Amino acid sequence: MSRRRFGAGTPLGLGIAVSYLSLLVLIPLAAVAWRSFDGGAGEFWEAVSSEQAVAAMRLTLLVSLAAVVVNAVMGTMIAWVLVRDDFRGKGAIDVLIDLPFALPTIVAGLTLLALYGPRGPVGVNVAFTRVGITLALIFVTLPFVVRAVQPVLMELDRDMEEAAASLGAGRLTTFRRIVLPNLVPAIVSGVGLAFSKALGEFGSVVLIAGNLPFRTEVASVFIYGQIESDGVQTAAAVSVVLLTASFVVLFGLSVFERRMTRHAG
Amino acid sequence: MSIVATGVTKRFGEYTALDDVNIAIPGGSLTALLGPSGSGKSTLLRVIAGLETPDAGDVEIDGTDVTGVRPQDRGVGFVFQHYAAFKHMTVRDNIGFGLTVRRRAKAEIRERVAELICLVQLEGLGDRYPSQLSGGQRQRMALARALAVEPSVLLLDEPFGALDARVRTELRRWLRRLHEQVHVTTVLVTHDQEEAMEVADRIAVMDHARLQQVGTPRELYEEPSNPFVMGFVGAVNRLGDSFVRPHDLELRPSANGVTHPARVERVTHLGFEVRVELEREAGGALLAQLTRDEADELGIAEGDRVHVAPRKERVFAGGAGI
Repeated sequence: MSRRRFGAGTPLGLGIAVSYLSLLVLIPLAAVAWRSFDGGAGEFWEAVSSEQAVAAMRLTLLVSLAAVVVNAVMGTMIAWVLVRDDFRGKGAIDVLIDLPFALPTIVAGLTLLALYGPRGPVGVNVAFTRVGITLALIFVTLPFVVRAVQPVLMELDRDMEEAAASLGAGRLTTFRRIVLPNLVPAIVSGVGLAFSKALGEFGSVVLIAGNLPFRTEVASVFIYGQIESDGVQTAAAVSVVLLTASFVVLFGLSVFERRMTRHAG
Repeated sequence: MSIVATGVTKRFGEYTALDDVNIAIPGGSLTALLGPSGSGKSTLLRVIAGLETPDAGDVEIDGTDVTGVRPQDRGVGFVFQHYAAFKHMTVRDNIGFGLTVRRRAKAEIRERVAELICLVQLEGLGDRYPSQLSGGQRQRMALARALAVEPSVLLLDEPFGALDARVRTELRRWLRRLHEQVHVTTVLVTHDQEEAMEVADRIAVMDHARLQQVGTPRELYEEPSNPFVMGFVGAVNRLGDSFVRPHDLELRPSANGVTHPARVERVTHLGFEVRVELEREAGGALLAQLTRDEADELGIAEGDRVHVAPRKERVFAGGAGI
């Protein structure tokens, strides 16, 4: 059969897509990687294994994990309330969820500092602490899980829950055994994206973190500091580590999703 | 085990889905709730299952008032039109779900599931996922899942509605045989009168949120209590104030005083049966069913003038139309 599927593999379209992606994503990333090896593998290793760099990366990993764990739970709950409950102002809240995406992250950082800083009106001071950093990351990555879970929950077959109930399952059992397994792929994909975003977050963190080396300096701020003080090669080396981490998360995610959705349908 | 619903009323906002419904379903029977869409038949089934709470009235299962009992505590098996398969579980885990939730021993569950897989003829498919099954197989799995917990009543909500015609016919017969084997009180919701007549030993006809008549398939066909039931369980003609089944119409070549003259519009041969569409000279279409021999004897053809008389007719009090 010589019938070609509509739009499949037109050489021109493929060429444009690949060139565009190369220009925008692949070439800059390659340049960073190239730059990080300016002084050879030895210097690369030295740069990323310096005590300050390791501390910054470890902190980044820690607060990012904490933030996405909180968001996995709270994001799923918010999605649940938005899909399953009916209340006044639901539309407004639904719009509000995207605010952290729309807001310039530096503004978010400023707001958090004003609210939870030394002179904040609520009397809670988390400025220049790891809790403060986590809070900022929770804020900027909130929409990921909510927006990943929401559509899946809307599509979820309510009959399944009624069937489980008629078979003797209580509400909690039904949630744990029927609803949750169907949400896990969405939760994981939301968490993965949130985690990748948190690893490199700068704007919202830089104000509230205080950036004390070894204590509250995250990787992105460390990179910025290195560039400011002419350590371009160190900055590039740490960037490559962050980049690799993000890539591994995204790749792991797609493998997981493929495995999980094999039986859906 | 018997089911008794007394004075059940259910409203969804302005819409009344059930209006003072009273029905008694004897234990061990296979009863069909038959009616057009929106007649309230599915709502009644869901009220029996506890998936809807009635605004008024009571439901008793086996003599016990279960009106306030949650669905998970009622001991009913429910089968949905669109299977409601647990997509993330294998056939085996789907069927065993009710037992797992009841924390039965693993060995016992394995044994019971194997038994049910045989009963619903899904041998060898235990490790498949629902998405790897055909519609008919999925529905058989759903039935096995509902039967696993040995429910006191089995409730089926348009169980064959999503299947194609051939599979539907097959599953109907299979359900009938299954019921003879298992003998659990079964209520089946359907809008298909043929399905109801073929499968059920009793039929409850519903329309406009009310129960219209309950009886055996034969009773409903022969002794319908109102024009709606008569029209819903079979084809019907209107002749003045009386209602006539197409096979109870006699066609004669000449008038005899009680006949109505009509013109033959169309003759359809369906093997042993011949369908004749007629237009009365006084106005109004009629459908007659003859045997092939009767039609041959008359030598009936399109455009002929014939004389029509009912052999058997029904007149309802009040003369209400359909």
